[in-house]
Amino acid sequence: MATTVTKPGRGSPLRRSIGARGSGYSGTIGDHRSPPADEIRTRSIFPNRDKIVEDEQLSTAYSSSAFASGAKDTVLASLGLIPLAIALGAAAVGNGLSVLEALAMSVFVLSGAAQMAMIELISNGASAAVIVVTALIISLRLTMYSASLAPHFRRLSAGWKGLLSYLLTDPAYAVSITRFDGDTKELNKRWYFLGVALAIWIAWQVGTVMGAFLGSRMPEGLSLDFFLPLTVIALIVPVIKDRATATAALSASVAAVFAATLPLNLGLITAALVGVLAGLLIEGVADRRKK
Amino acid sequence: MSTLMLWLTIVGTGAGALALRLSFIALLEDMEMPGLLERALRFVPAAALTALVIPFLFYENGALQVSLGNERLLAGLVAALIAWRTRSVLFTLGAGMATLWTLQAVGQSL
Repeated sequence: MATTVTKPGRGSPLRRSIGARGSGYSGTIGDHRSPPADEIRTRSIFPNRDKIVEDEQLSTAYSSSAFASGAKDTVLASLGLIPLAIALGAAAVGNGLSVLEALAMSVFVLSGAAQMAMIELISNGASAAVIVVTALIISLRLTMYSASLAPHFRRLSAGWKGLLSYLLTDPAYAVSITRFDGDTKELNKRWYFLGVALAIWIAWQVGTVMGAFLGSRMPEGLSLDFFLPLTVIALIVPVIKDRATATAALSASVAAVFAATLPLNLGLITAALVGVLAGLLIEGVADRRKK
Repeated sequence: MSTLMLWLTIVGTGAGALALRLSFIALLEDMEMPGLLERALRFVPAAALTALVIPFLFYENGALQVSLGNERLLAGLVAALIAWRTRSVLFTLGAGMATLWTLQAVGQSL
């Protein structure tokens, strides 16, 4: 007896669509696998409605609308940064720095974790070399963000690269990479990133100055600092696209719980590397099975 | 620490941090990215973003807190559920903050 019902085989479009949730294929980074043909067709017949609206805006005011869209996507995250910057400004002045020095630290270093450590070391009387080296070890994760963003900025002039690199922070990376990871044919990436990162930069400097003047008289009841982790939570969902990226996220979470107490804030980069390795491993196993 | 030394420390750290930020962005134009690194980069967003957010939820004042008394962990879990179901940043922020504020109010009245 012949049955016409066949189970979807490994690698068939049906099987694959189970793994790839929601937003469809988007392989701007590391485009080493071509999208399944059925997904291409679906996309071109039913393009995302929001996307169309946005593309129309882009065609008339390309750079300024990308800038505005970046700034808009970052409003709440920047709002959440202000309490942290206020706390830092207050701590800096509380430990003997002037308002100008507190602001200079936020302008030059532009990183909450590194600045927090610097203030603590300055108040403990550590030497300049120890402070610089410690702050830079804490900032090592920035190279990981730099590597992740590099393919998107590769054709920019040196000036643009310098400006965008200077503005690279945890939240700027989080907000923009989620956007870059999707369909970005029509997105003016440098202006989008500038909108995101400048909104964060302004919030950071304003908060620092406020904290430096106000001292530690800051209402804590509202927990506005929680905006930042919440924004990141919302951004994690779209970057989890298949089993391998889900494994990366899950392994990084478990590792982060244990690595968080590592000295010099090395927990973040350690946990992220564990996640990346787990992702590569799962992808490698899946690729071998396909062959 | 003298004022001059303090300024040198701040500017020196800033210069070093800029070098870290520039590293791959500046180098990539002349250099081809090695294949393994390119494959690895696909996982950086998922891994780095979760590694960034987990300590906010699981740690309170530097100590691991996995209990029903950890309001931020519960609010974060609610937010993650909403983020997964709605894929909306706004709903995620709303649900997370509402949960946190509710739990804090309940905690204070007990």
